[in-house]
Amino acid sequence: MRKWGLLAAALGLTLAACGGETTTTAGGDGGGTATAGGRLDVVKNRGQLICGVDGGIPGFSFVDESGTYSGLDVDVCKAVAAAVLGDAEAVEYRRLDSTERFTALSGGEVDMLSRNTTWTISRDTSVGLEFAPTTFFDGQGMLVRADSGIETLEDFAGQAVCVETGTTTELNLTDQMRQLGVEFEPVVFQDADAAYAAYDEGRCEGMTSDKSQLVARRSTLPNPDEHVLLEVTMSKEPLGPVTTNNDSGWFDVVKWVTYGLIQAEEFGITSENVGTFEGTENPDIARFLGQEGTLGTDMGLPNDFMVQVITQVGNYGEVYERNVGADSEFALERGQNALWSEGGLMYSPPFR
Amino acid sequence: MTTVTPDSFSSARPEVVGLGPVAWAKKNLFSDWFNSLLTVVIVGIFAWGAVRLTSWAFTTAQWRVIPNNFGLFMTGTFPSGLYPRIWALLAIVCGLAGLSWGVLGRNVSTLFSRSVLIGLGLVCAFIVLFPPTRPSSLKLLPMVALVAIAAAAGRQAGRKFPGIGKWVSLAWFLSYFAALWLIGGGLGLTPVSTNDWGGLVLTLFTAVSGIALCFPLGLLLALGRRSALPVVRWLSTAYIELVRGVPLVALLFMGQVMIPLFLPVGSRPDRILRAIIALALFSAAYLAENVRAGLQAVPRGQNEAAMSLGLNTPTTLGLIVLPQALKIAIPAIVGQFISLFQDTTLLSIVGLAELLGIGKSILANPAYLGRYAEVYLFLAVIYWLFCYAMSLGSRKIEEKLNTGH
Repeated sequence: MRKWGLLAAALGLTLAACGGETTTTAGGDGGGTATAGGRLDVVKNRGQLICGVDGGIPGFSFVDESGTYSGLDVDVCKAVAAAVLGDAEAVEYRRLDSTERFTALSGGEVDMLSRNTTWTISRDTSVGLEFAPTTFFDGQGMLVRADSGIETLEDFAGQAVCVETGTTTELNLTDQMRQLGVEFEPVVFQDADAAYAAYDEGRCEGMTSDKSQLVARRSTLPNPDEHVLLEVTMSKEPLGPVTTNNDSGWFDVVKWVTYGLIQAEEFGITSENVGTFEGTENPDIARFLGQEGTLGTDMGLPNDFMVQVITQVGNYGEVYERNVGADSEFALERGQNALWSEGGLMYSPPFR
Repeated sequence: MTTVTPDSFSSARPEVVGLGPVAWAKKNLFSDWFNSLLTVVIVGIFAWGAVRLTSWAFTTAQWRVIPNNFGLFMTGTFPSGLYPRIWALLAIVCGLAGLSWGVLGRNVSTLFSRSVLIGLGLVCAFIVLFPPTRPSSLKLLPMVALVAIAAAAGRQAGRKFPGIGKWVSLAWFLSYFAALWLIGGGLGLTPVSTNDWGGLVLTLFTAVSGIALCFPLGLLLALGRRSALPVVRWLSTAYIELVRGVPLVALLFMGQVMIPLFLPVGSRPDRILRAIIALALFSAAYLAENVRAGLQAVPRGQNEAAMSLGLNTPTTLGLIVLPQALKIAIPAIVGQFISLFQDTTLLSIVGLAELLGIGKSILANPAYLGRYAEVYLFLAVIYWLFCYAMSLGSRKIEEKLNTGH
């Protein structure tokens, strides 16, 4: 009889567990409230920005020891939250796989995507996305040993190259090599870790991936100085935040907050000196910081939105140096990601 | 005609001869030249592997990634200020586990037998000596003590009140809601969004919820597939064959990506709930087949005997058939539970920060780039511990229910 009672209790447990589950978690997700009034109002009413990130890309989005998300992509989310809500921490990060990121965005599960997404025409048109300005210009590169004597892609004739399978990287590599007429041996891996381990063991002469990732990984190899990046870029990978079509109000906010980061660096406004620009004589900066004009309120934001962004997150240069540049483990050169006035591609249209 | 006495039985049994270690090795490892060669080669391979692994673990490996991120591994991005709630949950589970152990073992002569004491001692020694996670790991010592005290108390209580088993089951049942409350907050506690649930806590929570949901569902499907009502039988069969023909990843993606498209805007079930439902629906189909195998192994005579005693269908099923069928199916069912536990790793693909997912995030931290061997080894040990505990538990239940002839 006791066993029968136990069985009944077990059944009751499982059934009630099911019931309890549905009631407790129904209110957990605030992501899907109607899009009719525009995503900006939704975010303001919710008091929180839901930002889609990868959660596992060195330098761009990861979880640090204290359990908070950090990285360049994450800082873009923070900047938007600071501009809209006045609080860079009012962000809920949603980890998205590369296969589900666009569905999650168009389904309204996330407000914006800041997830190493390359800006391409097909994504902009047929997938129905809006690409905010590029926050990181990447390109596919090639890592080789310094003493291997390989200097161009032509030197790879008959040599092995490690590459991750199923990525555009693999496609770009074979395209480039076919164009050059170089017979090489691709060694493909399912997993990035395995690919770098194989390169480290000398199974391939070269390792190809996005340059930022190659530089990041080089620092983890036993002797980083023995490896060099070839002076070749096999593809263009402009990475930036993304929103959906048909909501230009929200797209404008994401776009101009991103431009604001770049413009702040051009003006020389940093998180440390932003206070000194109070009552500035420069009319451009006064408008930019919301002391004059209505640039912010015209967009549906507080007029001092850039002050919040710069105080809490910093300008683009600070974000870059902190996450992938000189102040990080990677020490990536600014290169294409420098301001236009310093030979790079970072250019913001005027704030006026 | 001679009758065989019990005495002649026992004397007919071969005597168990105790072998010395040398003789044992000679008999089992070096019986002829071929076996000797095999032994030497295999021992050589193992020794080489062990030496390589040890030298890697003590020289090349940089273990600080584990202690520095221990909280992350255990709870993901759960706010660290609320860790006492997780400790409270652990205390509840430890107390209940000890209590159940005591109640179940109330008729055993010594609860703390030598092997149990050695086991407890090893656990304590490991906690004290395993350096990376101090000081928080020292809090585990009181937990071990709690298990032991609760076991002793449970034994006493079990002897005094034989009906206490029911209450312990009820306590386990209630502890699930206590867990939900302690992790998720609400009702006076700071709420924690399910987006911040992660690490081992999320792995265990999804596994336990999935198991609790899939068991009754699988049972019903198994009964449905054997039902005399054709529509019920067809529907059950169709469900089982359909789900078994689809990979779990596909179901999880359906849950995370497709379901929101079908539902009206605004009503969006939680992501963790969706994952749990997908896991449970998937496992239920396999479980149904395991239970059906058990049902088929129960002789028809049992059913007929019950009928002739005047039992109706539900009582026949509940009192005669199911207890026997489930007992037969225990190894297969526990195997299914273990694989469900391991299947929770797939949640990292759909963006939930369970144990494997949070491991990926930690590996992306520039400070720990390239430390994948250490992290994955650590995760493997955790998964092994839980799976081994489950199979150990299933073996104990089998022994306890072993009333066969």
